[in-house]
Amino acid sequence: MNLYPVRAIYMSEMARTRRTLLQSIVSPVISTSLYFVVFGAAIGSRIEEIGGISYGAFIVPGLIMLMLLTQSVSNASFGIFFPKFSGSIYELLSAPISYLEIVIGYVGAAASKSVLLGLLILLTSNFFVPLEVAHPVWMLLFLVLTALTFSMLGFIIGIWADGFDKLQLVPLLVITPLTFLGGSFYSIDMLPPFWQGVTLLNPVVYLVSGFRWSFYGISDVSVVASVVVISLFLVGCLAMIAWIFRTGYRLKP
Amino acid sequence: MSDPIIRIEGLDKIYAGKSGSGKEDVGSFQALRQVDLSIERGEIFALLGPNGAGKTTLISVVCGLASPTRGTVWVDGFDNVKQYRDARERIGLVPQELTNEAFETVWNTVSFSRGLFGKPPNPKHIERVLKSLTLWDKRHNRLMTLSGGMKRRVLIAKALSHEPRILFLDEPTAGVDVELRREMWEVVRELRDQGVTIILTTHYIEEAEEMADRIGVINNGEVILVEETNALIEKLGRKQLTLQLFDPLDSIPDSLATFELALSDTGEELIYSYESSSKQRDSSGISTLLRALEAAGIGVKDLHTRQSSLEDIFVDLVKERA
Repeated sequence: MNLYPVRAIYMSEMARTRRTLLQSIVSPVISTSLYFVVFGAAIGSRIEEIGGISYGAFIVPGLIMLMLLTQSVSNASFGIFFPKFSGSIYELLSAPISYLEIVIGYVGAAASKSVLLGLLILLTSNFFVPLEVAHPVWMLLFLVLTALTFSMLGFIIGIWADGFDKLQLVPLLVITPLTFLGGSFYSIDMLPPFWQGVTLLNPVVYLVSGFRWSFYGISDVSVVASVVVISLFLVGCLAMIAWIFRTGYRLKP
Repeated sequence: MSDPIIRIEGLDKIYAGKSGSGKEDVGSFQALRQVDLSIERGEIFALLGPNGAGKTTLISVVCGLASPTRGTVWVDGFDNVKQYRDARERIGLVPQELTNEAFETVWNTVSFSRGLFGKPPNPKHIERVLKSLTLWDKRHNRLMTLSGGMKRRVLIAKALSHEPRILFLDEPTAGVDVELRREMWEVVRELRDQGVTIILTTHYIEEAEEMADRIGVINNGEVILVEETNALIEKLGRKQLTLQLFDPLDSIPDSLATFELALSDTGEELIYSYESSSKQRDSSGISTLLRALEAAGIGVKDLHTRQSSLEDIFVDLVKERA
């Protein structure tokens, strides 16, 4: 492993984040804050507590997850899609670097940005709702693992996409619905039994539940299940990326 | 002679029959056929060929942008697939299209390239490269603010950032004005003097003729000829002698029928074609012709000769194979 190329990719991706600070950091923080205002303060005060937690506080972990998933995917997918689109990917492909180094550079940068974003939103939420984090280490672990996994998913989407429309497709049509239906805004106990069963097929449920447990010690599914699901997802993405580079899919004719 | 710096053996490249989106079958396409080619250390090698002949594909396979279907490429003794790290760190590539990250500055993008190729930062070297390409004053400019010629130089700077031993220039002077083209040739010569091996593809025959030590002609994916530039011109070149006459002729006199002569439309010029390569005494037949003209009483006002250019040779070659 040569660290220079990894560093070059990582630093250049982080520089891109700095250049687009408004769009990549400020705007997600503001839009999440709007959720806190509307659901937490305005509507939330009229909703009864869930598991002893005020509704405003209850939705914080889910909202962070929502932002974490969409931002990880869109940031990582754009990072690799853009060189493909502009043609400057020739340099990446002709460089003496391994696939692992490419992935660490791109996914690492996207995940770092997402983790930073998640922490910023967490801080912001503190202005709107009283916050407690019961298991900070687990909280960070979930944050980092989720950011990594979904940045990898984004990387895969960025390689698969051959136009800007496809780049938007997965975040809009898959990630957002899964998150909204994944218990970000409610506990799955609140659903009729049949839909509770269906919901358990949604991987995001496990992420949100595990993450919420790290805050308040309450969860919809067991924490072990959460860790297992996210690990499986991580391994799946890794396998997919390994396959992409082995076959040169959409990268190398 | 030492081993070639690049050795290509039995290279085939077939693009699978898939369209960009991977849905339609557009038929597979063989872009390279059994290419064997050696590039010597320190030479400037020009790869000539019409559009779609396989020039860029050949470069792409050597540089790792495309996988070979069959065959092997050795770069300085390293297999470019199995030992890609060793092979690729020796190569700098300047692509045909002007592609770059529009929002980056010149300095950052060139430094990025060096890092990407696994080299520790070396601002001194980057400075040298930028200065040699007269980019130093523009180092803090964003790429999108540069002119086309400057962007081309940035791509060259990126390719040189990691001190490669071999430089590929894919149509370096396409869409570049005459002055800049001259400057680029100068840069390429300087690099060669520093010991860098240069492989360039071009449409401009003039460029190959001016720059290259050797020329390879590629057509329909096959390398149909590799020759030293001078030898190629000499070997295949024909010369023409144009004689301007005092008095116009209606037709070529019978006494001159043995010569390969043509009369211009106005009858004021006689054009004589001959091979320039033969070393035999007066094999060109010029002195014999002049004597014959004198005997026929035809007065010559002026004369000049013209050597056929590489372009003529090239057009002939490609036509022959078509």
